[in-house]
Amino acid sequence: MTRTAHRATAATTPRAAATTSPATPPPPDRAPAAQTSYREALREGIREAMLRDDRVFLMGEDVGRYGGSFGVSKGLLDQFGPDRIRDTPLSESAFVGMGIGAALNGLRPIVEVMTVNFSLLALDQIMNNAATLLHMSGGQLNVPMVIRMTTGAGRQLAAQHSHSLEGWYAHIPGLRILTPATIDDARGMLWPALQDPDPVLIFEHGSLYNLTGAATADHPQVDIDKAAVRRPGHDVTLVTYGGTLGVTLAAAEQLAAQNVDAEVIDLRVLRPLDDETVVGSVTQTHRLVVVDEGWRSGSLSAEVAARVAEQAFYELDAPIERVCSAEVPMPYARHLEQAALPAPADIVAAAHRTVS
Amino acid sequence: MTTLLPPAASNYTDGDAPAGINAGNDPMARALREMMRIRRFEETCVELYSASRIRGFLHLCIGEEAIAVGLMGCLTKQDAVVSTYREHGHAIARGMPMAVVLAEMFGKQTGCSRGRGGSMHLFDKDLRFYGGNAIVGGGLPVAAGLALADRMRGDNRITACIFGDGALAEGEFHEVANLAALWNLPVLFCCENNQYAMGTALAREHANTDLALRAASYSMVAWAVDGMDADAVAAAVRRASDLVRNGGGPCFLEMRTYRFRAHSMYDPDLYRDKPEIEEWKKRDPIPALSDRLRSSGALDDATVQKWEKEIAAEIATAVATAEAAAPESVTDLTRFVYSEPSDRS
Repeated sequence: MTRTAHRATAATTPRAAATTSPATPPPPDRAPAAQTSYREALREGIREAMLRDDRVFLMGEDVGRYGGSFGVSKGLLDQFGPDRIRDTPLSESAFVGMGIGAALNGLRPIVEVMTVNFSLLALDQIMNNAATLLHMSGGQLNVPMVIRMTTGAGRQLAAQHSHSLEGWYAHIPGLRILTPATIDDARGMLWPALQDPDPVLIFEHGSLYNLTGAATADHPQVDIDKAAVRRPGHDVTLVTYGGTLGVTLAAAEQLAAQNVDAEVIDLRVLRPLDDETVVGSVTQTHRLVVVDEGWRSGSLSAEVAARVAEQAFYELDAPIERVCSAEVPMPYARHLEQAALPAPADIVAAAHRTVS
Repeated sequence: MTTLLPPAASNYTDGDAPAGINAGNDPMARALREMMRIRRFEETCVELYSASRIRGFLHLCIGEEAIAVGLMGCLTKQDAVVSTYREHGHAIARGMPMAVVLAEMFGKQTGCSRGRGGSMHLFDKDLRFYGGNAIVGGGLPVAAGLALADRMRGDNRITACIFGDGALAEGEFHEVANLAALWNLPVLFCCENNQYAMGTALAREHANTDLALRAASYSMVAWAVDGMDADAVAAAVRRASDLVRNGGGPCFLEMRTYRFRAHSMYDPDLYRDKPEIEEWKKRDPIPALSDRLRSSGALDDATVQKWEKEIAAEIATAVATAEAAAPESVTDLTRFVYSEPSDRS
């Protein structure tokens, strides 16, 4: 059990939790820095990487003059110029594949794809080349690249801009899948991802860009092998990642008021999954709720549940619960969209079922 | 812009081409010998397939050897090559030893991809031979990315990207052609137009069958070449690669050719007329060049016979070497999914 070592540098709290619960205080040896946002943290991560390594460049649709479709790369064009902040045409397969080629040829590309739904236009390159070349070439050709994209719902963007398909990508051997859910992770995951000799996909939940909070002052690097315990607890383990960390923390606060002490684990890394942290927690709490904005069938939540059933079946005191999105293409209208997404009340109810 | 450029005066010269060619000083004689090596190698693969020594898909380039030899002879060792699943000829002409290619198809440790790729996925990092890609069009973005890195660093080298006529029906071709021209990338697009996308004839797959013309619409220099003539291919590649290497942006060569055998060993070849095949066989690049060299006095029968013997011996040795190698160990099955710790920086 190493989870204590990775216990939350949760100096920042995402989404719903930001308004309903106080931030976990930072460890005393780290002074809080000025307020920042998830978007700015991502930008500073990119800036830092580009300053540290001149092989790094950013490529994607509207990353330059427009400033990034979600504003992440605003200002970077002025600092680094059009060669390293490279606007592309709407050619997802071409520019993702070109990232692969550039990585094979000694550069360290960061490729931005506007949303996970659009990444399907580049799925051939991601699956058949980036994830496959190392094996298919008998270990000769590794692909050190990072692909960033927005994922998730909550902004009334309907069914072609709102899905959570990171679980699909987590199915693919050869990829590493990261889901930063906090300001520190937004900043601190990119550099280690760029040090990975193999392709890394970073999924940024669209509802997190405006999340504000304090970043830890010395910008700790993230261990991209490990999940993080965002809230310690003894009665039930709530496992989540990315955009649903906020609602899960909010649910944990509601549960606390009802005398249920929930432990919240942020997976952070969907592939390879950190079984040790999850199983370690379930071994303490004996109850598990998995919260996943993806669809339930064949989902990441199913994988987590299966692994716990395989590895800690006799530790469980109750059936595993899952809280996922409704199995519909994401609707536009706010009330319909909200009804489709995991909500704190759903998580609270699921947790109560495990402890009752 | 298309099909109008006359061949330049330059002829096949193999500069610092990879080793493997040994046929005296006449570059065209060397090209002939190299085509013979590839032809005999492919014929051997048929025998090995029939004997169940090679399995999976096997796509042969018999009839198309002039492109492999004409192209590779004009690239430098520093250039990169991205190829297709019909790539034995390209790999051998680039300098990959026959034994390594065969060992790959036998699933041996000494195979270039340690038995994980097979016929369709030959790779050699040292030769800058980046596959062996079996998704039609899938290699094009990778080739453009290799070229992008060279351009960003200012390296004076080019990437030759080989694909078939079928790839022009894929969206990836059009995305990449546009981007390569827009960014002035040093890519030499080498379209092996063998008239069929698997079993679908050119006119049944393309509204406009002038492939060079279509490439030219992306603001790149493009023209068609006789892909059954190694000399013509080499002349075109030399001219195009000079342009690409000197910052002229990408270039597109439509090399018109024909495969004499079926698409793969699985293909009963029911979609082509025998007379059509026979008509193209009259343009077989090997006898055509051999006759030309003989009539000019540059080649005699004794030399050809000597080459046949040397090539037969080379192939026999390669087969024996590959057969004798150890199979890739099942205990290593899960290697090379992620880089190993020693690869981590």
